[in-house]
Amino acid sequence: MKRAALDRMGKGEARAARAFLAPSLIGIFVLVLIPTADVIRRSFLSAMGDQFVGLENYKTIFGNASFQLAVNNTVRFLLVCIPLLLLCSLAAALLLYRRIRFQNLFRTTYLLPLVVPVTSVVMIIQTVFHKNGLLSALSVALGSTPQDWLNSEYAFWVLVLCYLWKYFGYNVILWLAGLSAIPDSYYEAARVDGANEAQCFFHITLPLLGTTLFITSVLALINSFKVFREAYLVAGRYPNNSIYMLQHVLSNWFTNLDMQKISAAAVLLMITILAIVFVSMRVSDRRKEQS
Amino acid sequence: MKSKRLQPCSFVILFLLALLVWTPLWMLLTGALTPTSELREHLSGVLGSSGELASWSLLPNRLTLQHVVELLLDTPAFFRVFWNSCVQVLPAVAGQVLIGAPAAWALSQLRFHGRNTVFRLYIVLMILPFQVTMASSYIVLNWLGLIDSPFAILLPAAFSAFPVFIMTKFFAGIPREMLEAARMDGASEWAVFFKIGLPLGLPGVLSAALLGFVEGWNAVEQPITFLKSASLTPLSVFLPATTVANTGVSFVSAVIALLPTVLIFLLGQQYLEQGILASGIKE
Repeated sequence: MKRAALDRMGKGEARAARAFLAPSLIGIFVLVLIPTADVIRRSFLSAMGDQFVGLENYKTIFGNASFQLAVNNTVRFLLVCIPLLLLCSLAAALLLYRRIRFQNLFRTTYLLPLVVPVTSVVMIIQTVFHKNGLLSALSVALGSTPQDWLNSEYAFWVLVLCYLWKYFGYNVILWLAGLSAIPDSYYEAARVDGANEAQCFFHITLPLLGTTLFITSVLALINSFKVFREAYLVAGRYPNNSIYMLQHVLSNWFTNLDMQKISAAAVLLMITILAIVFVSMRVSDRRKEQS
Repeated sequence: MKSKRLQPCSFVILFLLALLVWTPLWMLLTGALTPTSELREHLSGVLGSSGELASWSLLPNRLTLQHVVELLLDTPAFFRVFWNSCVQVLPAVAGQVLIGAPAAWALSQLRFHGRNTVFRLYIVLMILPFQVTMASSYIVLNWLGLIDSPFAILLPAAFSAFPVFIMTKFFAGIPREMLEAARMDGASEWAVFFKIGLPLGLPGVLSAALLGFVEGWNAVEQPITFLKSASLTPLSVFLPATTVANTGVSFVSAVIALLPTVLIFLLGQQYLEQGILASGIKE
């Protein structure tokens, strides 16, 4: 009797779940999954649309000079800014975690850039990094020469700075949560055994931040694609070569409605990102099992 | 003892970092209130062709509301742009909650076959950057005839996977016993969702809505890709043609553009932070 009632309830639950999920899933199928399947199909078709050309489109984009430049720049950008962001934010989180005065004010301050629209910052970026801007004025005052920061190799570093500015606080919050999940008793026990601060950090804090490291890295990777906003609003569709990213190539191919190239590039980008995320998830999981 | 000695030193470092946030925002604010003559002295080399190096002063010699008045009274184009942002963002956030909350409830609290698979699908969609889905979104929006209309922004945003993920995390914290008790009393699944799920999961809904608003208000990729007419330009991609003569107005416009998200952030910081943390909790 009770069994039957529970069964009925389970069925009711499954039926309700279908109804609850239906609007969202239907939308995702129509707006994302079906057209994505179409994009994958198109990446193997000729420009006219109906001829199967195998990997021809992929060969074309790999041979494309601006695509190569963009891939190089994007990889370089990721390799520079992600470690830099993770290290700086971890350092700040460690300082903040000592219950410093005005801790809340600092948290709020660091998080603020995340919500500031890029359009608002464009004026400041121009004022500071223009060749007659404040940074040039500073370098002249220091006895150096003015530079056209936005239209030279320096543009890359300006973009790195924009990225750090925006996501620094976001990462500090994530690290702080990771830090506060470590029980105080671990440290107390270690201190009783005579461990110093550095030993505590390397033997307790760092190993236990493994999961947080996985999360912050993945989020840093996802967010790194959004620096296109700064690059685009400050320097337009064709910025200095040093910051011509994958996002620019795709956006420019899109303007020409070059569907074969965009489709192939989108498929490649999708595979790459998912592969990176799944591999790091595996590594993070294995690490956790071992400990 | 040791950490006591470190305190002043770490405070200075943290303060300098905070200065990096405050300085640009302070410059925006003072720029918006500085008279044109003074701005010309500061920025003629940047915005004009005088070739002089830029300068800035901590506080302007004289404060003026002239630029604010000019933007609010003499620039109807600005209102249009502001309104476009509202039209393209607010319904999307409403959609995210209306469509996303029930889905998140099913994923977090209802038992059914394939739940983990569906949840992984949402995670994958959440991870992919705009550039990956750009082509597929274009195909379907074009097919629906929605390119160059507010719906080109609204529709994909309303079905975004991210709010579903956030709300799922929050809803999962509601103890199952409460639901079982209500069910034993004969409550329908909808009643359980509305009477227990929504009230207890409200912080999650607020988090998702706040993050959704910030994301929508700051969107750049979608409008530049799917909107063609200048009359549909939202504030997030609006760059007034800045000359030496109207620099102040551009500063005011920049300040107004950041007010909604910054105010919402200051009011709902706890929900925003919880949302950020929820996006960090693993499956």
